[in-house]
Amino acid sequence: MNALHALIRRDLTIAYRRWGELMTPIMFFILVTALFPLGLSPRPELLREIAPGVVWAAALLAGLLGQESLFRSDYEDGSLEQLALAPLPLEWQALARTFTHWLGAGLPLVLLSPLMAMLLQYPAAAMPELAFGLLLGTLTLSLLGAIGAALTVSLKQSGMLLLVLVLPLAVPVLIFGAQSAAQAARGEDPAGALYLLAAMLVLGLVLAPFAIAGALRISLES
Amino acid sequence: MIPQLSAQGLSLWRGGRSLCRALNFALQAGEALQIQGANGSGKTSLLRVLAGLGRLDEGELRWHGEPIQHSVLYRSALLYLGHQNGLKSHLSPRENYLFYQSIAAISSEITADEALTRVGLKDAIDRPCGRLSMGQKRRAGLARLLAAKAGLWLLDEPLSSLDAAGTELVSSVLDRHLKEGGVAVLATHQPLPGLGTGLRTLDLGTAA
Repeated sequence: MNALHALIRRDLTIAYRRWGELMTPIMFFILVTALFPLGLSPRPELLREIAPGVVWAAALLAGLLGQESLFRSDYEDGSLEQLALAPLPLEWQALARTFTHWLGAGLPLVLLSPLMAMLLQYPAAAMPELAFGLLLGTLTLSLLGAIGAALTVSLKQSGMLLLVLVLPLAVPVLIFGAQSAAQAARGEDPAGALYLLAAMLVLGLVLAPFAIAGALRISLES
Repeated sequence: MIPQLSAQGLSLWRGGRSLCRALNFALQAGEALQIQGANGSGKTSLLRVLAGLGRLDEGELRWHGEPIQHSVLYRSALLYLGHQNGLKSHLSPRENYLFYQSIAAISSEITADEALTRVGLKDAIDRPCGRLSMGQKRRAGLARLLAAKAGLWLLDEPLSSLDAAGTELVSSVLDRHLKEGGVAVLATHQPLPGLGTGLRTLDLGTAA
């Protein structure tokens, strides 16, 4: 447990010292959602209609934007080799580091989403459902993105490949996420879609650490 | 007596060419193996295989008679210092050192400050590693050797970017490690002064 704690603290310290990099996905999220009303007509009923889809799509892309760098610097400076040799299983490390990364890249999007949704005339009464759906969704997307990041860490220009690998897997999350938000906005019960999001998260939590650790080992082998 | 580390019939292929074929060696307590060879002859690849990172194509590696694959015992006995130092550039040498101490779950007899002072980083202990020189970074990486109770050291070019005093430091630390019954494998083409007995060499030859 001590080792896990040290790993999380190390990642948080580094994230704090290069906070500028954390701002990129957040700014992306804010700009994309804020530009939509300018590009389309600012009719409230239209904005309310598109709000769930816009917020979710923007959150998905913003989340993936930061994922590429998850293991990159560790691979380049040799830390990844050292971590792979540590007594702490790589699977636990993968889970801990994905979560730490989400704290900096996913959680801010969840916290900002009510504000951005308000800009798009999303009904205030449905905000808790929107944020909760995004909480489940961004965690799942972080796990998926981490698999892609681990697979592509030894490649030079992996950004495009990462997107191609991860986007098909991310689409179900987007569909059910946006659906839950739309249902909540119409005053319907979004429980069904939220349950599905939660199920996908549980599946990801159980399987992704093994996929991430396996992919990291393969990347280190060459 | 069972050798501490032994290799039998080791063969490695990388990128379609053979780096070594049917390599055998055995190291007893207090012995070190120096892997020599031209650039590109496969020193680093061999060392990564010994660490359990690289792919072993053929042959067997044993630690105290047990195969090293999935051996927790081997992992906890191992200290690998690769080509890169494994230092985070946003953390200071002290933070890097303490992180590796807790991740390896080593209870050390010397403190981080003592270890870093001994490798000559007294004035740079709290400076981010990104602002250190190559030699200072190497020293920060080597500081881990001072605390290690690891039985086996795998060192890839430990002398790179080091000055004369640094080379001497590595020699003396390595000498003490061997005297205490440790085993070491190092890849370097520079001679290590002051290491007479117990140092054996293995030549991988020129790049094929």
